[in-house]
Amino acid sequence: MSNEWPLRSSTLRERSATAVGDPVLRANVGAATDRFRTKRTSALARLHDPDALRSAARGVRGDILADWAATLELLADNVQANGGHVCWAPTGADANDYIASVAQRIGARTVVKSKSMATEETGLNEALAAVGCDTVETDLGEWIIQLAEEHPSHIIAPAMHKNRDQVADTFEAKAGMTERVTEPTELVAFARRELRRRFLEADLGITGANLGVAETGSIVLVTNEGNARMVTSMPRVHIAVMGAERIARTWDQADLVLGLLAKFGTGQTLSSYTTVLSGPRGEDEADGPDEFHLVILDNGRSDIAGTEFAEMLNCIRCGSCLNVCPVYHQTGGHAYGWVYPGPMGAVLTPLLASQQTGHGPGEDHHAGELANASTLCGACMEACPVEIPLQDLLLGLRRRNAEHAGLAERSMWRAWAAAWSRPGAYGASATVATKARRLAPLLGRLPGGSRWTDGRDLPDLPARTFRQRWDAGDV
Amino acid sequence: MSDAPDRRPDGVERVALFVTCVGELVEPDVPVAAVRVLRAAGCDVDVPEGQTCCGQPAWNSGFTADAAKVAGTSLDALERAVADGAEAVVVPAGSCATMIRVYWPQLFSLAGDEAASDRARALGERVWELTELLDALPDERLGLGSVEPCAAVYHRSCHMLRELHVAEQPEALLARVDGCVVAEWAAADQCCGFGGTFSVKLPEASVAMADEKLDVLPEGTEVIVGADASCLMQLRTRAGARGMQVRTEHIAQVLERALPDDRGADA
Repeated sequence: MSNEWPLRSSTLRERSATAVGDPVLRANVGAATDRFRTKRTSALARLHDPDALRSAARGVRGDILADWAATLELLADNVQANGGHVCWAPTGADANDYIASVAQRIGARTVVKSKSMATEETGLNEALAAVGCDTVETDLGEWIIQLAEEHPSHIIAPAMHKNRDQVADTFEAKAGMTERVTEPTELVAFARRELRRRFLEADLGITGANLGVAETGSIVLVTNEGNARMVTSMPRVHIAVMGAERIARTWDQADLVLGLLAKFGTGQTLSSYTTVLSGPRGEDEADGPDEFHLVILDNGRSDIAGTEFAEMLNCIRCGSCLNVCPVYHQTGGHAYGWVYPGPMGAVLTPLLASQQTGHGPGEDHHAGELANASTLCGACMEACPVEIPLQDLLLGLRRRNAEHAGLAERSMWRAWAAAWSRPGAYGASATVATKARRLAPLLGRLPGGSRWTDGRDLPDLPARTFRQRWDAGDV
Repeated sequence: MSDAPDRRPDGVERVALFVTCVGELVEPDVPVAAVRVLRAAGCDVDVPEGQTCCGQPAWNSGFTADAAKVAGTSLDALERAVADGAEAVVVPAGSCATMIRVYWPQLFSLAGDEAASDRARALGERVWELTELLDALPDERLGLGSVEPCAAVYHRSCHMLRELHVAEQPEALLARVDGCVVAEWAAADQCCGFGGTFSVKLPEASVAMADEKLDVLPEGTEVIVGADASCLMQLRTRAGARGMQVRTEHIAQVLERALPDDRGADA
């Protein structure tokens, strides 16, 4: 898979216009997000008081991160006590280097992976290819996009932008499917046969981690396909890559988070497979890897702690905000240009971006402009299982962008504020507006005017402003 | 605002109208209708001099100081009106009402003016979105008659719905208007795609969002009613470009037409 994410080679507008211009994409994304929304709604209807749970979860995530460093230390200590190895990775490159060195040491040729957004973030597959490993994604959606040489477009349903015919096309072109099938069950059966072979030959299994639980040194993996169980039990070595904030201290805390993850993400009571792993195979145990490694990935996360954006670290990656976002609904995930799409991505990407580029906070225009991928409609805040104030965070990012805005934009707002903070000047601009109605047909031809008039009529401007009518006694 | 449902407007008689910049410049028929409806409900309506805009365009673009400068002008004007005896400040736009009541205290605070932030918080107690106030008045204060029969839908605008938590009031008022039949609209509470500068920063997505609402209008819909003129402008101009026949109308205008015997017109 190429690691050429389009974030810095195109603008948000270019990417969203391309997506909006693709009716098949819009139909696929629309149908899939509608399905997720319906399932979530019915899952929440079975709860006594979902808002109380959300509020409790926000509190729990806040408690965990208030004691973040110590909780991570406890996790690391207990992983080691269980016989596992721990790698602290300050950057994505550090994580990749560690994993590549393990792969080389054990002579790994084939690597099987289950879905992990953290390794999308680090570009792990390219790093493994560089040391001669053939890496196979085993989550069905991830495998599809790996074959198609694309990127995930949704954090829990990476290939949701493709329909069954497009999946069949991909299997024919890239996976040697000779007898075309398009029924989902048949497509799954094909993938299952192909992937089974790869599981058997793999030397190394790599997973993400939905949650690390510090008190027992365990990681939790949530899937609906069971592939993570194969990845973690068949190869000799298992490496889990965990975003450093994906942690709970206790099982009580983990229980709350995992329940919300399934209900808000896929509308399930609990995911089909919830796997708890606590280190390598013990002496008395029949299954499990010889070696277990936990890579704790920072990659910009600790820079977010203590800032006005700290609540973003509470995110449990359920995808609920993507499913309700009307912008995501139109564009799908690729328009966001990097690993994390939708409202959570529009916040997280600019926050993590300084790690990727070495720019100071707010200086990376390409990442920063993602804060504009929202009408501030608030649907995301309402949908978040841990009550992250996504809209407020988007506004915070826009304020940060404004500090780095160009002279033209700053001057425009300054002139606007100067005029509209003086009632006399405001009245004058009102008069100008009514005069401008005769010029209205020209407005669409002004630079930038087509941004409104391509696709919309110009509004009719009134002959008299409200104040003119009021002063004339005509109200 | 959590205390909103507890505010008792029964005795409100003196009202200050915040016109909004869209009402002033683009849709003056909306504040005109609001004045007439409020008068019909027995209110003495003043339109305080010196008010301009709530500052939302700059606030949503991240330009805090510029937003605070403009909002401060309107804060001064509305505060003077309250000092002169206005019991309620009424805003005929859910988005601007949200800006004033929910965001002004934060805006002034971020701009370094804690005194203005406190003043905004105090003012906010008296700020009502138009339908929020009208619905809270005893029914007998606002007699509503009939309008020419029309097939309508109601657009539930985002800020009003999710941040001001004014959800049921507009449709409760429309239900009191004979002839205005509001149909179920699957996309009623979806964003229209306007979003201020969003509409020109990502115009393709903005138009697609409007389309998604327009595509599922019930068969035979004649008018889209809403409480935010800017959302209605987005939907109307997109519908026009598509050659659709549907109109838009602000709820104040529907209520104005439903006033018996022109009670709202200046005597």
